[in-house]
Amino acid sequence: MTAGPGGTVLRVDVEQRFASGFAVIAALDAELAAGSMLVLFGPSGAGKTTVLRQIAGLERPDAGTIRFGDEVWCDVATRQWRSPQERRVGVVFQEPTLFPHLRVRDNIRYGIRVGDGGGDGVGVRRPSPVEGIVTMLGIVGLENRYPRALSGGEAQRVALARALAPHPRLLLLDEPFAALDAPTRTRLRRDVRSLLQATGTPAVLVTHDRVEALSMGDSVAVMIGGRVRQAGPISDVFSRPSDADVAASLGIEAVLPARVVAAADGLLEIAVHDVLLHVAERDPIAPGSAVYACIRAEDVTLETRTAGHASTRNHLAARIVAITSEGPIERVTLDCGFPLDALITRRSREELSLAPGAQVTAAIKATSVHLVPRL
Amino acid sequence: MDWTAIWLSVRLATATTLVLLAIGIPLAYWIVFSPRRWKFLVEAIVALPLVLPPTVLGFYVLIAIGPLSPVGRAYVRLAGHGLPFTFEGLLIASVLYSLPFAVQPFSAEFASVDRRLLEASWSLGVSRLDTFRRVVLPLSVRGLVTGIVLSFAHTLGEFGVVLMVGGNLPGVTRTVSISIYDAVQSLDYQAASRTSLLLLIVSFVILASTYSLQRTVWVRPRH
Repeated sequence: MTAGPGGTVLRVDVEQRFASGFAVIAALDAELAAGSMLVLFGPSGAGKTTVLRQIAGLERPDAGTIRFGDEVWCDVATRQWRSPQERRVGVVFQEPTLFPHLRVRDNIRYGIRVGDGGGDGVGVRRPSPVEGIVTMLGIVGLENRYPRALSGGEAQRVALARALAPHPRLLLLDEPFAALDAPTRTRLRRDVRSLLQATGTPAVLVTHDRVEALSMGDSVAVMIGGRVRQAGPISDVFSRPSDADVAASLGIEAVLPARVVAAADGLLEIAVHDVLLHVAERDPIAPGSAVYACIRAEDVTLETRTAGHASTRNHLAARIVAITSEGPIERVTLDCGFPLDALITRRSREELSLAPGAQVTAAIKATSVHLVPRL
Repeated sequence: MDWTAIWLSVRLATATTLVLLAIGIPLAYWIVFSPRRWKFLVEAIVALPLVLPPTVLGFYVLIAIGPLSPVGRAYVRLAGHGLPFTFEGLLIASVLYSLPFAVQPFSAEFASVDRRLLEASWSLGVSRLDTFRRVVLPLSVRGLVTGIVLSFAHTLGEFGVVLMVGGNLPGVTRTVSISIYDAVQSLDYQAASRTSLLLLIVSFVILASTYSLQRTVWVRPRH
């Protein structure tokens, strides 16, 4: 409805039933700041792509509304509908879907209309600095090729350039990196992230890859079984899943925003809030980089006094906030300068006589902390 | 050899093909992209000439354009003469008779264009009609060529419909197939065999070159 100070509000409240019996009943309310990315996260078949296609106008919900800023894109009750052409969104599918009969240059320029200001809500499409996009995506020199002469990564870069060339107000990405090999995927993620920030285009990314969600997203909406189960800033949602299903789909790990402080001999030193952790990471990450530190609760061990010469690198003074029983396993919620969970057996808890309020030492091996660099 | 008849057949086939291009493309577009449920009825009507005896089709066309029908009377008022046993009447019959040979290859090819390409185009702000023009048509070259060639060749070889609607007027409605029939009736086997051979060779060459073209036409990018 009203644009917030930093961006445009995307409001989705839709219902769509399929012949198979599957239903997507999704509500989503997200403020999309310029250049920011909302991740639609969930397992395959959760209805993420359906919601994305509804936002694009390629799918009509049976009921509900979709609003973008102060525009109504779809309101089934009042029969309001904006065609995909009028919405001015860019869409990139999992497959590049380039026009096979057009050269790369003509593919990229396909959506650009010079001068012609369409009526009926369609804005004027200005000629755009396509060259800038082409340069940032590293596809200079491919302009005269036909799509079939491109590699998968190149084709997806061209598809991105084509989607961004007409200056869309919103970019919709449907698992665009899923079909690519790992090194290509990593490079393209980084380039897309910086391109969106450079052009100020907000984006919605559909993915089931948690590393992708963590490295690219600013906020996340978790979809399971056709419903949006939780939405919010990415580290909040990952660290505090609202229920067991969400937790299971996100992976049961603490996800802590952190910063790399120092790197030496393959060992990184990271700061989580003010707490320093040692991390063994195969891939080098430059000091100063923002990362998410992921720690599984089963990798956190508790000691009542510091063992002087154990091999564990990280020993953190912690206070027990709560203990909840999960069958024979107890989940110990800790405050060690940041929130952290530890899983221990009931017997251990009894032997160490742990109770809420007690001071303990949380030990985490340097190899048990996994870092996801923020792009 | 009856060059008058050959020339007439070529003119008729060319005119029929051009008319079929003009009405076949929109018709095929409608059949493929219309959300109407009853479009199967239109598809069935288009396909009728494939199964109807040419005499039946010719009979109905003759009645429909004859002086007793409103269409025939209107044409008489406009043109000053009736449609039966004229080139125009023959053209109408030929268009109907060859309709499936144009529309079916067209629509099959339109339908085979990857739907995601259309969605990509719409999302890029390009209207449905422009998407058809800029994406579907260029990617349907094979089907268009097939439809054009089949319509042409089919019209070249039609007999029953011509006989019913056109009769046998030299230079007006006596097409090459009628000419061959006439030659046989008058026991001029030499003329019949010459013309038949020509028709056989021409038809074969047209079809063979089309099929060979279909393997190589389409975009072959230089790497």
